Amino acid sequence: MAFLDRSARSLLLTELLSGLRLTFSYMFRPKVTLNYPFEKGPLSPRFRGEHVLRRYPNGEERCIACKLCEAICPALAITIEAEPREDGSRRTTRYDIDMTKCIYCGLCQEACPVDAVVEGPNFEFATETREELYYNKEKLLANGDRWEPEIAANLAADAPYR
Amino acid sequence: MPKLTIDGIEVEVDPGLTVLQACETIGVEIPRFCYHERLSVAGNCRMCLVEMEKAPKPIASCAMPAADGMVIRTNTPLVQKARKGVMEFLLINHPLDCPICDQGGECDLQDQAMAYGFDRGRFHENKRAVQEKYFGPLIKTIMTRCIHCTRCVRFATEVGGVEELGATGRGEHLEIGTYVEKALNSELSGNMIDLCPVGALTSKPYAFVARSWELQKTESIDVLDAVGSNIRVDSRGREVLRVLPRLHEQVNEEWISDKARFAYDGLKRQRLDRPYLRRDGKLRPASWTEAFAAIAERIRGVSGDRIAAIAGDLMDVEAMFALKELMGALGSPHLDCRQDGAKIDPARRAGYLFNTTIAGVEQADACLLIGTNPRREAPLINARLRKRYLQGGLKVGVIGPQSDLTYRTETLGAGPETLAEIADGRHPFAEVLKQAKRPMLILGMGALARPDGAAVLALARRVAEACGMVREDWNGFNMLHTAAARVGGLEVGFVPEAGGRDLNGILDGAGKGEIEVVYLLGADEIDTSRLGNAFVIYQGHHGDAGAHRADVILPGAAYTEKSGTYVNTEGRVQQTRLAVFPPGEAREDWTIVRALSDVLGRKLPYDNLPQLRQRLFEFNERFQRLDAVVPANWGAFGANGAVDGAAFRTPIENFYMTDPISRASETMAACTQIYVLGEQGGDEQGMTGTNG
Repeated sequence: MAFLDRSARSLLLTELLSGLRLTFSYMFRPKVTLNYPFEKGPLSPRFRGEHVLRRYPNGEERCIACKLCEAICPALAITIEAEPREDGSRRTTRYDIDMTKCIYCGLCQEACPVDAVVEGPNFEFATETREELYYNKEKLLANGDRWEPEIAANLAADAPYR
Repeated sequence: MPKLTIDGIEVEVDPGLTVLQACETIGVEIPRFCYHERLSVAGNCRMCLVEMEKAPKPIASCAMPAADGMVIRTNTPLVQKARKGVMEFLLINHPLDCPICDQGGECDLQDQAMAYGFDRGRFHENKRAVQEKYFGPLIKTIMTRCIHCTRCVRFATEVGGVEELGATGRGEHLEIGTYVEKALNSELSGNMIDLCPVGALTSKPYAFVARSWELQKTESIDVLDAVGSNIRVDSRGREVLRVLPRLHEQVNEEWISDKARFAYDGLKRQRLDRPYLRRDGKLRPASWTEAFAAIAERIRGVSGDRIAAIAGDLMDVEAMFALKELMGALGSPHLDCRQDGAKIDPARRAGYLFNTTIAGVEQADACLLIGTNPRREAPLINARLRKRYLQGGLKVGVIGPQSDLTYRTETLGAGPETLAEIADGRHPFAEVLKQAKRPMLILGMGALARPDGAAVLALARRVAEACGMVREDWNGFNMLHTAAARVGGLEVGFVPEAGGRDLNGILDGAGKGEIEVVYLLGADEIDTSRLGNAFVIYQGHHGDAGAHRADVILPGAAYTEKSGTYVNTEGRVQQTRLAVFPPGEAREDWTIVRALSDVLGRKLPYDNLPQLRQRLFEFNERFQRLDAVVPANWGAFGANGAVDGAAFRTPIENFYMTDPISRASETMAACTQIYVLGEQGGDEQGMTGTNG
């Protein structure tokens, strides 16, 4: 019986037709592929992308050189040097992140007591040379200025769960 | 011996101990902030509360003497609740600025809040803010963080001997300060930074530089005075970032002087990082081969008695030993390690040691200071004298310049004639010394670095013998050196050999052209203008006086950059350890001498440090006995002769700048400006540490 059943299905091309039906049904469903880079998928507010150093609304940099991010970084990607600024406050003179070492674990932003270092929503920072991936303080602060609206929105969205 | 029960363990302790100390003897840790074993008991932080049977409420264990039959419990719910409560009260007015606090990571309050505190605050009102105080160029104050333990006040009053710190106000308004805005004038002030259990007093030069966890810690020895304080060198990468004391009960207890603590920034400036050669009257960079070739060419054909060597104050024993052997191979008897010209008798060991030992000072009951100002020359020995003075019954007489030594002294005279009077028993203080059970004298370089120094030395020996300072069980004759390398140099025999010239002879000879080549092994305190036309080889680590005059500069390593043996003024052999590598092409000093010996065709028979040390041990087995003080036999030393009437001078005018390292240090320059030249500092008015 089983032999007959199988032969009939082969002769009547039912397998082919059922496959084609699935194909046609997908033709009328919405597409899941994106036309990257013109279209982009949604990102979680917790997405961990490129690092930034943020500022306060009055323009003062947030980082106070406590070096907790440097201490917790499992990849040893962060290097900080600090000294008293002219007004006596504690600030970094050097804040480097080696993005080629970074494993994007997010521990630095967890450790930061002032929300200064944050992994922002940007993931499109591929470069042509390795050197461009050695970020310094200037680059990180510029990143912060560029992404501040998105980061602030993300932090606000995630705040209830913290 | 009181017997008490602590946490169910019966323990018998020495009478006079407090409950807290009794707990420590069996390893029960009691949290504390104000209590410190070297300071008086204040009992004001209340963190050490424990439960005592039959007491209506918890007791402060640091202030309660242990008594017979006490039953103490340290881990009951009541005690835990009490600690939690005290901690909460302490944190009410303590800012939560640990991320910007330099004490973060090594803070008693942080640690104890983690261990005994509550995990959240219930205080939502405004916290107190206190203006920063000006304590001088060494100590940064953020008084908002102060928890009023008064350790700093007690340290300044008791150990430092300067009653300049105090508390004003009551309760929440209590503030620690100097009453009037002025720099704290103590050469031990840096120790308050270590004592402060919070971040209220921190190191100014180290402000915001590094965190405790990123530092590499190397246990070493301080060489900026002859005490040989045990230190810990904290470094990161190739930089020394701070120096902290290490516990050594026999030497420095747990204190170090400000020079030892803060002069480290001199290690980064004025360094010689490559060989230099004088060409056409100007020093120009050269390679090691060129420098050695220039020396070999100049020395070739010069007979040994026209070559001389002078060793400096910061040199390790190994380098001096190697150079001594090289000079011996060259046939030169002209060696000297006493670059201040002090007439120390190298033949008799008891004649150049601090025989009483530093810890032994605490047993003395009369002390004669001759041509010395221990407060400037060896602040830690001065602190011992003060400690002894505070126990009562110590009479101190001073021959030499008058100065405030932080304890009461009696000025007996100015020069050698007073010393002669005491030796002959004509002076009333001679009677005081004779009556004393354990009299001692401290002979400083101010009395010896003069033409009649040898006679003064003999006179001091006569005083020691006449006043019963030298007995089977007690030796009260002490020489206080000012240089870390001095005793090491004497022990290794870096002194004129038979027919050799001493420092003055070498300088005179160089001036007259009888000495053609002078090898300065880190010698900077000599009068380089007297070197005449001699060919000067300078080996050292800083571009100081010696390097200025040199024809060839061989860059060496500073004390943090080599493993070197040093002998302190007691004769205690100690070793420094390499914390960072020497800069540039600089090398460890003995290796330079060894390499040069090869070029000169008189190769020294060792290729590595163990081989050199082995030879050193064969020469003098005492170098093998690390950290031991070998008593010296008494005997005759010094030279009888006429003394002139000139008054003894102070060997160190400026405590903060005594050697190439401290002269290159910015911190020490700031101290000199304020403490020695008397200028006023203080620009941090009105800040509270929480701004910015």
